[in-house]
Amino acid sequence: MDPIVVVGASLGGLSALDALRTGGYDGDVVVLEAASGLPSDRPPLSKQVLAGTMDPDAARQPLAAKLEELRADVRWSTVVESFAASDLRLRLRNGEELQAAGVVVATGAAPRTLGGPNLAGVHVLRTLEDCLALRADLDVGPDRVVVVGAGFIGAEVAATCRELGLSVTLLEGAPAPMARVLPESVGSFVADLHRAHGVDVRLGVGVDGLVGADGRVSGVRLGDGTTIAAQVVVVGIGVAPSTGWLAGSGVPLGNGVTCDETCLAVPGVVAAGDVAEWFNPHFGERMRVEQWEHAIEQGAAAGRRLLAGDGPGEPFASVPWFWSDQYDRKFQMAGRPAATDEAHVFEGSFEEQRFVVAFRRGDRCTGVLGVNRPRHVVQSRMRLAESLAWEPIEALLS
Amino acid sequence: MKIVVNFDLCESNAVCMGVAPEVFEVRDDDFLYVLQEEPPEDLREQVTEAARRCPKQAITVED
Ligand SMILES: Cc1cc2nc3c(=O)[nH]c(=O)nc-3n(C[C@H](O)[C@H](O)[C@H](O)COP(=O)(O)OP(=O)(O)OC[C@H]3O[C@@H](n4cnc5c(N)ncnc54)[C@H](O)[C@@H]3O)c2cc1C
Ligand code: SF4
Repeated sequence: MDPIVVVGASLGGLSALDALRTGGYDGDVVVLEAASGLPSDRPPLSKQVLAGTMDPDAARQPLAAKLEELRADVRWSTVVESFAASDLRLRLRNGEELQAAGVVVATGAAPRTLGGPNLAGVHVLRTLEDCLALRADLDVGPDRVVVVGAGFIGAEVAATCRELGLSVTLLEGAPAPMARVLPESVGSFVADLHRAHGVDVRLGVGVDGLVGADGRVSGVRLGDGTTIAAQVVVVGIGVAPSTGWLAGSGVPLGNGVTCDETCLAVPGVVAAGDVAEWFNPHFGERMRVEQWEHAIEQGAAAGRRLLAGDGPGEPFASVPWFWSDQYDRKFQMAGRPAATDEAHVFEGSFEEQRFVVAFRRGDRCTGVLGVNRPRHVVQSRMRLAESLAWEPIEALLS
Repeated sequence: MKIVVNFDLCESNAVCMGVAPEVFEVRDDDFLYVLQEEPPEDLREQVTEAARRCPKQAITVED
């Protein structure tokens, strides 16, 4: 029997492997991972590990300790170069070919960059190596760090740098942080939070390019022609799903790998995590979710889907949930709001920096975000898992 | 069955409470309280699931 091949050994891939074993699959599984060893857990890389309060070795994925037990042939430093969905054959960068009985696509996503020449002092943040390289540059004590992009990772990096006592400028092209995914009022709260902690937050500014001297960054040039001097620049302008190896494979690609509601892309091929776009039946919409818990849950669903073989499989219906830590504030969000949804504040206020915001679209609640309100977010999530109706959420939070 | 929470790891995100509200509760002071340290056997499945889902792997279920 040919092996099931899992591509990517991070949250999504290992969770799929775990589900294969839990589901009773006893055949061979090969795991292919481009990195030279087990990828670290990523959330601490913009928080505790970057701050120096957590040992890098402690940033381990939940399944790290169980890997042995899962009996897989794990191959590190192994890059999959191309794939053919018609006969489930993979070609590796080292020239080897591999015949699979089924494939789990869990290659995640990679940070977008600004382009231009390679300059020392310019960083993205995805892997432990990225984190340690950034940390080394911060340890030198730069006069200013510029963070480009006020998404969640950019905002966390800005917060961590402030806590390290550094001067920070946070640049965002949109009128508010997180403006693509959250209503502006919530983004403005985030901007105010950072300003209150001494970050120079600039909204609605375009970045024209980086300025450097002798191969090292010296500043960021803005759309209006001015330059902000900086010795360290962190680029947090989002990620692109890692699908390069699937070009021409016969696997449908759109915003990542296009899957049906069971996480199946084409017969024998499933996808999960940051790389996968699927139809979430609970919301009745297609989505690609870049969140920690989601990668685990969808990885498990994808593993089960492979085991269902030619059967219909089970839909993966989910209310996504994630957290973000900035300063001493803990953000959590359940659901999938849009920037155009109404934002209703409960259980506190922006001034108190402690509240719940529920997002409303017609008679639906599309999501709930809390700042230092973990209980309310989790309880709302349970309600939302039953139904997206607005009223029960309003009743719960009022 | 005995529940042990490593409070050095726990960051009070209440995921466990979502799965097993009879056993775990995050209160308004933002701390996690274990309501039953030795929950009855019929909660085993929920408690195991809560331990699995805890993002900090802070929960251990001892037999
Ligand atoms: C700094 C940072 C902080 C974060 N903080 C939070 C947080 O607070 N809360 C939250 O919910 N989420 C957070 N996330 C998001 C979360 O970590 C991701 O959603 C999650 O890692 C996605 O897992 P994945 O398995 O889909 O992909 P990834 O973790 O991206 O792993 C994909 C793996 O595939 C490998 N790969 C790629 N291409 C190939 C190839 N061709 N051949 C072989 N291997 C390949 C890669 O090397 C990689 O190891 C954070 C992410 C980052 C980067
Ligand atoms: S899920 Fe884990 S980290 Fe979260 S409150 Fe429960 S024990 Fe603490």
